[in-house]
Amino acid sequence: MFEQQDPNQIQLNSEGQLKHFLTTEGLSRELLSEILDTADSFVDMSAQQVKKVPLLRGKTVVNLFFEASTRTASTFELAAKRLSADVLNLNISTSSTAKGETLRDTLMTMEAMHSDMFVVRHSDSGAQHYIAENVTPNVAVINAGDGRHAHPTQAMLDMLTIRQHKGDFSPLKVAIVGDILHSRVARSQIHALRTLGAAEVRVIAPHTLLPRHIEALGVQVYTDMNQGLKDVDVVMMLRLQRERMLSALLPSEAEFYKLYGLSEDKLKHAHPDAIVMHPGPINRGVEIESAVADGPRSLILNQVTNGIAVRMAVMSMSMSGQTTEAQRRAEQQASSAE
Amino acid sequence: MNIKIQGGRVIDPASQLDQVTDLYISAGKIAAIGEAPAGFTADQTIDASNQVVSPGLIDLCAHVREPGFTRKGNINTETAAAAAGGITTLCTPPNSKPIADTTAVVDLIQDRAREAGNARILPMGAMTQGLAGEQLSPLHGLSQVGCIAFTNMRLPVKNSLVLTRCLEYAATHDLLVIFQAEDAGLSSGGAMHEDTTCTRLGLNGIPETAETIEVARCLLLIEQTEVRAHFGQLSCERSVKMVMEARNRGLQVTADIAIQNLLLTDENVNGFDPNFHLIPPLRSQLDRAGLRQALLSDGFQAICSDHQPHETAAKQAPFAATEPGMTGLETLLSLSLILVDQELISLPQMLSKLTSGPAKVLGIESGQIAEGLPADLCIFDPQAEWTLTPETCKSAGQNTPFMGHTLKGQVNYTLLEGQVVYQLN
Repeated sequence: MFEQQDPNQIQLNSEGQLKHFLTTEGLSRELLSEILDTADSFVDMSAQQVKKVPLLRGKTVVNLFFEASTRTASTFELAAKRLSADVLNLNISTSSTAKGETLRDTLMTMEAMHSDMFVVRHSDSGAQHYIAENVTPNVAVINAGDGRHAHPTQAMLDMLTIRQHKGDFSPLKVAIVGDILHSRVARSQIHALRTLGAAEVRVIAPHTLLPRHIEALGVQVYTDMNQGLKDVDVVMMLRLQRERMLSALLPSEAEFYKLYGLSEDKLKHAHPDAIVMHPGPINRGVEIESAVADGPRSLILNQVTNGIAVRMAVMSMSMSGQTTEAQRRAEQQASSAE
Repeated sequence: MNIKIQGGRVIDPASQLDQVTDLYISAGKIAAIGEAPAGFTADQTIDASNQVVSPGLIDLCAHVREPGFTRKGNINTETAAAAAGGITTLCTPPNSKPIADTTAVVDLIQDRAREAGNARILPMGAMTQGLAGEQLSPLHGLSQVGCIAFTNMRLPVKNSLVLTRCLEYAATHDLLVIFQAEDAGLSSGGAMHEDTTCTRLGLNGIPETAETIEVARCLLLIEQTEVRAHFGQLSCERSVKMVMEARNRGLQVTADIAIQNLLLTDENVNGFDPNFHLIPPLRSQLDRAGLRQALLSDGFQAICSDHQPHETAAKQAPFAATEPGMTGLETLLSLSLILVDQELISLPQMLSKLTSGPAKVLGIESGQIAEGLPADLCIFDPQAEWTLTPETCKSAGQNTPFMGHTLKGQVNYTLLEGQVVYQLN
């Protein structure tokens, strides 16, 4: 009765270029690799004396954060500035929507300021899809995390970190540990890892923190940490919000840490060269032991650095795709008017 | 006024009538079928050739939003939409504002319906006061002023003893109780069916058990209290199996299914279109297959629209933040005809789910074409194609995924008690 929706119809332009960046799901391996390659070039740039390029000069980027964030918001801001964009940071959670303004009205207000790009974080899954469907055609939308759905730039910075340390994805066994149920990061990581060809993606959590039918995303499910970590090359820990301990999801921090916290002992089950990652902010003694978080296998700070490069990459690519699309439309309109 | 309806295919599932014939209407009632009564002179003749003449449709669940929510619709607009959809009788849930737990509110709804004159409204009364699930409403008094049935909708009666008392009291007065089964704890925060699409989209899920647990609890209490009971808008295969088993055990329990749950699945939500945000949610393909199979049994006597009109702003938000429900009065017949096109059921069988079936559930005389009964009729062309557009939509709500879709089966006339209340163009 209805055609199956193609989630990428909205984020790619007619030439297959990135127009918005909303999810890693369904994007091609070539496109994900292009993001990583572009990000790589920006990683090198960050080490130089002058850390700016003029790719978004004259453009206005608005960071619309409907949820609190420190590191994601900061790295997006820095990325936009390094691309020479003008940046407006709006913490919407404490302003207009608190006064009752709808998302649509906030969006229209921002559009009226002739913005070129919205970087959006929102607590509702699909909010950025809604925004992308409703913005004027020349505005790019970058998802900085929506509900439990997607956090694609976080996933891509994780992929960049893995590629820098492991090279090829194809032999890799990767374990994602913790609150899979509420994690937009995990969903985006799973799609990206599978598209990039990782040999095996595992999720490890108690059933209370696992979405039903998660195996349909192509992952192996483990509820035992030691078994799940066996021989893995990459351990990706997830942040566990303390309020989850107070609900019926988990009995206590102590029990969670005992069973699923990443300690040096548990890490021994992984491959000897395994790397450890965490999207941050970390809860020491809840998800991860300090010795592991600060240890030689930890790439947590590398992830932060790579975050700027990846965000520069997707911002420049989507703005380029958006501009191409806008030009194409303008040309079409001009030719149809003749 | 005398009306002759000439040359239509008259289908009346209640009497198993299916033949091309004429109908004669006088003083608002069916005067004769076939031969004109002695001395009959038609003031108006409706040419129904190549069209179906059926009883006016009966919709077991349609929100009209009045009183209290007239920004979404009102009795005049929504009954006009019903008439345009061939519906002559609709049951309205009690969650108006104020809630239909007093005779004053029920009177008001019926007065407004009579003023509008487009369709008959049979209000459902609130089973508990304020739908709070704590104190029994004056069920008998409400029934005396026209409440056709009683329900607490999807709002929980958590205390099983309170629910038992409600059912016992309803049974005392032989009142119909309607359940829209949902365990509030399990469905809490959910926006769609809990399955793979839900997991991918990162939306909060509503598991099957949110419905099946409540169906099981209600069935046990129905058995204990021997109340007349009906389940509205079941969405899960397991639920319909339980109801069928209960009927096989001898319980007088019936059920209906919303047309959207017979046609769509949770996979349609892919893409976050808020028009697919429905409660009960669109379920899995397996559930849909189970519901379609159940439709073939006599336990599932009705298809309903579960009409829930909304103002535009209610759907202008991210999926889970939108208000659930779709407008459905104008598309109920055409969407049901898809089941005929798909050869799941025959046209007369389908019409029985929209006419005599719901009439039996409610215990009313409508829903059939017989001499002496009110002339509630729907005359439609089953082959004519039409498109619902914002301009032609009579409902105040335009929130439907079928907006802009071309559908088959167009209503040409609707008659309520012998009066033409809708005529195409």
